[in-house]
Amino acid sequence: MTQVRDTRYMQGNEAIAEGAFAAGARFFAGYPITPSSEIAEICSRRLLELGGVYMQMEDEIASMGAIIGASFAGVKAFTATSGPGFSLMQENIGLAIMTEMPCVIVNIQRSGPSTGLATKPAQADVMQARWGTHGDHAIIALCPTSVQDCYDLTITAFDYAERFRSPVVLLADEIVGHMRERVVLGAPTAQAATRRKPYDGEPGKYMPYLAGDDGVPSFAPPGLADLGRANSSMHDETGFANNTPDNATRVIRRLYDKVYRAAGEICLTREYMTGDCDVAVVSFGATARAARAAAMAAREEGIKAGCLTIVTMWPFPDVAVTRVCGRAKAIVVPEMNLGQVAGEVRRVSCGPRIVGVNKVNGEGIRPVEILEAIRGTLS
Amino acid sequence: MTESKAPRGANRAYKRFLLQRALPHFWCPGCGNGVVLGAIVRALASLGLSPSQVVVVTGIGCWGKADDYLNVNALHGTHGRALPLATGVKVNRPDLTVLALMGDGDCATIGGNHLLHSARRNIGVKAIVVNNLNYGMTGGQYSSTTPGDKITSTSPFGDPERGLDIAGVAAVAGANYVARSTVYHAAQTETYIKEAITAPGFGLVEVLSTCPTYFGRLNSMRTAVESMNWLKSAAVTAKAAGGMSPDDLRERIVIGRFCSRTDPDFNQRYEEIRQRARDRGFRTREVVSGR
Repeated sequence: MTQVRDTRYMQGNEAIAEGAFAAGARFFAGYPITPSSEIAEICSRRLLELGGVYMQMEDEIASMGAIIGASFAGVKAFTATSGPGFSLMQENIGLAIMTEMPCVIVNIQRSGPSTGLATKPAQADVMQARWGTHGDHAIIALCPTSVQDCYDLTITAFDYAERFRSPVVLLADEIVGHMRERVVLGAPTAQAATRRKPYDGEPGKYMPYLAGDDGVPSFAPPGLADLGRANSSMHDETGFANNTPDNATRVIRRLYDKVYRAAGEICLTREYMTGDCDVAVVSFGATARAARAAAMAAREEGIKAGCLTIVTMWPFPDVAVTRVCGRAKAIVVPEMNLGQVAGEVRRVSCGPRIVGVNKVNGEGIRPVEILEAIRGTLS
Repeated sequence: MTESKAPRGANRAYKRFLLQRALPHFWCPGCGNGVVLGAIVRALASLGLSPSQVVVVTGIGCWGKADDYLNVNALHGTHGRALPLATGVKVNRPDLTVLALMGDGDCATIGGNHLLHSARRNIGVKAIVVNNLNYGMTGGQYSSTTPGDKITSTSPFGDPERGLDIAGVAAVAGANYVARSTVYHAAQTETYIKEAITAPGFGLVEVLSTCPTYFGRLNSMRTAVESMNWLKSAAVTAKAAGGMSPDDLRERIVIGRFCSRTDPDFNQRYEEIRQRARDRGFRTREVVSGR
């Protein structure tokens, strides 16, 4: 495939939409909500061009349902929302996990709870992304730090969704979603354009939930000789209800393990100046940009600071966090919430001192605030 | 009755839609669900469809288990969300017959908003609603269709709320095809389901059903036969109802075809919009089936 590279100046939300189209998404169902609405607006125009369909549903519950239906029908589908809408989607995110329907949910995080500071940024849906829907389950969530990330990670989100037959959350924030930067758009990669594992077995023998060695079942969309079946209830390989304790254990463990066994590949992180750092700053999303600036300023003061940027929030990058934090004497975790990620860092790195920089007033965290925390760890 | 007396040939074609190995079904003796299931499989067979061309989307509840007995593509979803799920399927695969099987709780109570907007949108999904006037699966509590004053497990002295007219709401909201029947009127139910499937746009067939275990037992209908007799005697045709006073109609069930329009469905409207964009110089790609 010829690589066509196209450099543009665009907004994070626009880059997310273009990333989705590049990944082959041709169906969007959503309910407008600030600060994600640009994604819906772009889809309403671009999907007409691309031979896809934009649907404005009656609420976020319906939006999430419609993209699951589209995925069942064999189409790459996504939705975009913000905190309150993400809350409404949770029951059907559980359905996507249970029925193993690949789809992408974009959450441009804003302040909460409830309507809160409706248009102001936050990073407080970290745990909602992980545990918003009920029951034991795995989820994949990616956090962009730049407009380029918005584009690239949306493509990665679709790839992960297809590969693991799972919903994937693109957990962005208002700052990244509304920021404008230069972006290099690539031609869709072969991987991005490919649909999920197609069923290529003997006709008439298809079992919708018969998983391969990787724990992921193959997929046959409706309309083929083999009937497609998807079931929110506990089911076995045939797709029919099976409530035996053994089967329930097997299914829940497989849904969990298919993601966690591959965590080494799914977990993406970035490191800056971590080789010799005494103070490690662990951050994600827009805050990671301030963290880099703070670390550089700290180096100018002679403080050996380094940054670990969490790109894959879930599964949590335990290995990278343990490695970087194991070297440091202190860890600073800036986040626009009251410590949701700091808790995870504490879980995996029991040694050094952990200092949170937490801001919930609807303003981004400034480099100087992180710098002060870095200085504070040495006193 | 011996097997040899049953008619042979095309009218046995329904068997390919029925998962006979899954039978007997788990519904209570006297439940009307089996009657509606029979009407659906006969309707699908008589329309000459094949199982792979049919997608059944179900919600939660007694009737939400219907997909377990159907040999078609099936998506068993969450409570009240069958219509949005079915919408996602139908928009992307307009070539398929998409049925949303819902109870009164699924369709009109928790899913009431989706009912309104699916009808308004005129999406080409066919809703087959079994209305047994209460929540059977969870123990017979009142639903949004329970008639006022009726006894249920959460309205021991009568329901303070009034029942919702599902078919009426769908017709007013813009569904192309709306009809109501009862499980006593099995042949009519089958006809309505066939008509709904062949009509363009959103179709809804509401079937009043029996729940002898809860609704019937708590409301002076001690057996399934008494429940059936109540449906038979309470039913009045739309035509006859036209000449009756509101007082006369209070305890009656109006059955019949309430609307049968040919307005363009959502998919057709969307393609018209795509054409309009093209006419204005927008470069649009051809839709590839299955995308």
